[in-house]
Amino acid sequence: MSGLEAFVLTVMAAATPLLLAATGELVVERAGVLNLGVEGMMAAGAVVAFAVALGTGSAALGALAGALAGVLVVLPFVFLTQVLAANQVASGLALALFGLGVAGLFGEGYVGQPGVRLEKLHVPALSDIPFIGPVLFGQDVLVYVSFVMTAAVGWFLFRTRWGLMLRAVGVNHHAAHALGHPVRLVRTLAILFGGAMAGLAGAYLSVSYTPQWVEDMTAGRGWIALALVVFATWRPVRVLAGAYLFGAVWIMGLHAQAAGYGLPPQLLSALPYLATIVALVVISRNRALTLANTPAMIGQPFVPER
Amino acid sequence: MMVLEKRAAPSRWWSIGAPLLALGMAVVLGALLFAVLGHAPSRALYVYFVEPLTSAWSLEELAVKATPLMLIGAGLALAYRANVWNIGAEGQLIMGAIAGSAIPILLPGWNDALAMLAMLLLGAAGGAAYAAIPAWLKNRFNTNEILTSLMLVYVAGLFLDWLVRGPWRDPMGFNFPKSVAFDGWHVLPTLTGRVHLGFVLALLAVLILWVIVHHMRAGLAVRVQGIAPRAARFGGFSAPSITLGVMLFSGALAGLAGIGEVAGAIGHLQPSISPGYGFAAIIVAVLGRLSPIGVVFAAFLLALTYLGGEAAQLALNMPAKVAQAFQGLLLFLILAAEVLVHYRIRWRGRAHGAARARQGGGA
Repeated sequence: MSGLEAFVLTVMAAATPLLLAATGELVVERAGVLNLGVEGMMAAGAVVAFAVALGTGSAALGALAGALAGVLVVLPFVFLTQVLAANQVASGLALALFGLGVAGLFGEGYVGQPGVRLEKLHVPALSDIPFIGPVLFGQDVLVYVSFVMTAAVGWFLFRTRWGLMLRAVGVNHHAAHALGHPVRLVRTLAILFGGAMAGLAGAYLSVSYTPQWVEDMTAGRGWIALALVVFATWRPVRVLAGAYLFGAVWIMGLHAQAAGYGLPPQLLSALPYLATIVALVVISRNRALTLANTPAMIGQPFVPER
Repeated sequence: MMVLEKRAAPSRWWSIGAPLLALGMAVVLGALLFAVLGHAPSRALYVYFVEPLTSAWSLEELAVKATPLMLIGAGLALAYRANVWNIGAEGQLIMGAIAGSAIPILLPGWNDALAMLAMLLLGAAGGAAYAAIPAWLKNRFNTNEILTSLMLVYVAGLFLDWLVRGPWRDPMGFNFPKSVAFDGWHVLPTLTGRVHLGFVLALLAVLILWVIVHHMRAGLAVRVQGIAPRAARFGGFSAPSITLGVMLFSGALAGLAGIGEVAGAIGHLQPSISPGYGFAAIIVAVLGRLSPIGVVFAAFLLALTYLGGEAAQLALNMPAKVAQAFQGLLLFLILAAEVLVHYRIRWRGRAHGAARARQGGGA
């Protein structure tokens, strides 16, 4: 395996959870809802995926269970924000704390156990081509899922009537309501989708990236995914680019640590977080660009008027 | 079907009743959670919520844990009033602890009352300076303070880790990742047992919050900014200064909590100096309904979740995360109950609703 090949493969591995979670959150925010609880949903997805993979011996089943866990853990958030019109920022923070706490609680018995790793695809002949083989035809299923979902979300949002409705709900919920669109139903479905994607992102961490369960193994990726959505100005293709950019930063930090360079390892570990801040500054300073794409209703509760 | 009806004015009764209702529901759901984990709910609830209140030692410990929660919660209450979502208090706590610890670690010879005062001031300044970063970025570049302040938590944690494993490690400490032990004036004086000076500072912080909120123009500015930013602009209040002001205030108090922990409760720097007080204080501010007196009660309650969590760990062999799970649950329930303050809940059949819609159709 060449150095470049190893680099590309590790960057893809680091980018995949970010891409999965950010694509889910993109749909949520396009519907006008801010769910800050991505980190908690990822943690829940990671621990459940790990447990189910270990129990059944099937990592794929584990990944599915992780997505389901993301859906289940986001239900209180749906009830709070869609039924009770509660503050979305505070509800999302509650979800982040709750998800991390519950994941730690139920994961206690799994700490230190070796997990089940998701199998990599192997296509005869194709997977054996140098470089292109492992990169294109030798990934595990979740990597392909992340690409397919990004494309599907882009197609859905900008090429279908349903996507148009979802975006309308996010831009002006009163107008959408007046047109007869079921605002809260659309938002609920968007939030559930975001939960499934965040759960899948967590599952990727615990059945593919490092097949084990460690407390707080999400390491801020959920928050970085949130920043990615802003960085991508709510566009799927840019989320893809951003996820790979951040994946590359993450991996370069790890490589620099291994190589030494005399830099403190903590500084290199801090790189992804610092890069996130820089990325937010770069994109947010261009107010016209962010304003043009920000779903106008983001974070605002909708209470139908009778 | 459940329908929400906006109240003309927030209900006074429910603004006290809602947090209590949330607490009651949290205890019930907590009992269920314990049962799921295979513990007798009554015994678990007793160990978690009652036993910590039955001895002098544990009451003192409750005040020790309430100290940082009250300090940070008071600061966050002001920030959240202005709709500025500082959620990086944990990082500001760490930076305050680091800044304040510079004196015992770098100038060990300076050990008098003035040194202690300087430690506290440096702690507050460190936290405030660190909180100024997201505030400045928001004002200058329009970045989201939620995400930037949170990213800085990870950076602060790594910075502390580097310090105590590297340049600030105790040379006589057998290679353990911790600084020299503080002594003399570098340790905060205690009031009783382990309760240290920080507790007085926390009460003082709540008092300052009360003065700002109820007796100063700045408090009005913050409130208007939070409720109606446009009105605040017309009223001549500057949004950037309010953002910076409340971030500095909440950062300074978080920094003070940090140096309080290090110079009071712990006695040296180590890689981990807080079990998430900065995050739990978010719940303190919200549960206390952003009011000064509410923050005091909420700080003690959240301190109890930590203390109960420790007791449950020891007595029932429960995982350490039980406290965090319970805190998240509590915040969910508080937010759910909060709806009663602002809305009336009506139950209505579909037919009835449709009839009303027809009646209202002509209007």
